[in-house]
Amino acid sequence: MTKLKLASTTAGARILGLGSVQPDNVVTNDDLAQRMETNDQWIRERVGIESRRIAEEGTLLVEMAAEAGARAVKDSGLTPNEIDTVIVATCTMPTPIPNAAAQTADRIGIPAPGAFDINAACAGFCFGMGTAADLVRGGSARNVLVIGAEKLSDWLDWTDRSTAIIFADGAGAAVLGPATDEASVGVGPLTWGSAGDMSQTIRIRPDNNALAQEGQAVFRWATTKIAPVALRAIELAGLTPADIDVFVPHQANLRIVDAVAKRLRAKGARDDMVVADDIRYSGNTSSASIPLALDHMRTDGRLRSGDTVLLVGFGAGLSYAGQVVVCP
Amino acid sequence: MADNTEILSGFAEIVEEVAGIDPTEVTGEKSFVDDLDIDSLSMVEIAVQAEDKFGVKIPDDQLAELKTVGDAVDYIAKNQ
Repeated sequence: MTKLKLASTTAGARILGLGSVQPDNVVTNDDLAQRMETNDQWIRERVGIESRRIAEEGTLLVEMAAEAGARAVKDSGLTPNEIDTVIVATCTMPTPIPNAAAQTADRIGIPAPGAFDINAACAGFCFGMGTAADLVRGGSARNVLVIGAEKLSDWLDWTDRSTAIIFADGAGAAVLGPATDEASVGVGPLTWGSAGDMSQTIRIRPDNNALAQEGQAVFRWATTKIAPVALRAIELAGLTPADIDVFVPHQANLRIVDAVAKRLRAKGARDDMVVADDIRYSGNTSSASIPLALDHMRTDGRLRSGDTVLLVGFGAGLSYAGQVVVCP
Repeated sequence: MADNTEILSGFAEIVEEVAGIDPTEVTGEKSFVDDLDIDSLSMVEIAVQAEDKFGVKIPDDQLAELKTVGDAVDYIAKNQ
């Protein structure tokens, strides 16, 4: 038997930088009320959104991905040359070929990285972070740029008030690199899974190429099945719920966020645990929602260096994933 | 097995917790939508808690049929 040499492993990965970008165009609930039968109060009560950002028609998803990615690379203190892997989590590319990651890397000026997309919809950023951390740990990659980028506005029926009020556009990113020792590891183990039996509850309808979802079924699934995923991520990291400083779940609906946070507090999470509510002004941006929330909360001071942060993504697939990370 | 009076009182506690409605308002003839102003997502939260509390299954298609508090209490009593 030939003996194969393996790459040198590292202690694990840590986050080196964060970045994000949103379109300039703010769409308020009142703006939507002029286009469809809805109103500000109804939207706030059902989903907790006050306004969202919608990209101009000509804006490319990869433009947003590259801007968020470039900002995260700059924040990490690395140069684009030092990034060797680029992962883009997205489910809203205009066409399936080519992928988003290679052209995004090219736009940033990252030379010849391993580059691929992940489609796990709203769980995509957590899937990407977990994959990146294991690539770093296993020695296949050194510095990985993980981007969640979506242009959901391309896939909406703007007369359907059950979806058009919820979804939005944007991109967020993180750079992961190797931890120097076990004490400095900043990305905990990934827990992930899927519920393919419910795959039709969130889908693009073939007849109009627009997103459709069975809101009630998804709401029930998210409010009952996601807290156990979050608790598993905490357990895998060797922590307890009381250790979590900041909880950043996918920003699907503020009522889902609140329901999951309530369940975590019933299991010992602290009352002063900060809970992300970025959906209020960003809408639901699928794979971009978690890194957008991280970057915004760091800017407004609610997320601080060294904080222990619980990430949980969940959505179409249905897919879900979570991990505990340390804020750089 | 709880009787209908016990179910109503336990159910009213759930409605209070989810929707902040005083338990004395939660009586058999009240419509969830028209009288208590409870929306479909709150109904899901109420159903999930009722499932835990009373050991019943309330699927979404059944939930849609429960128009009044009395409908819910009867459904729980029948399916316990």
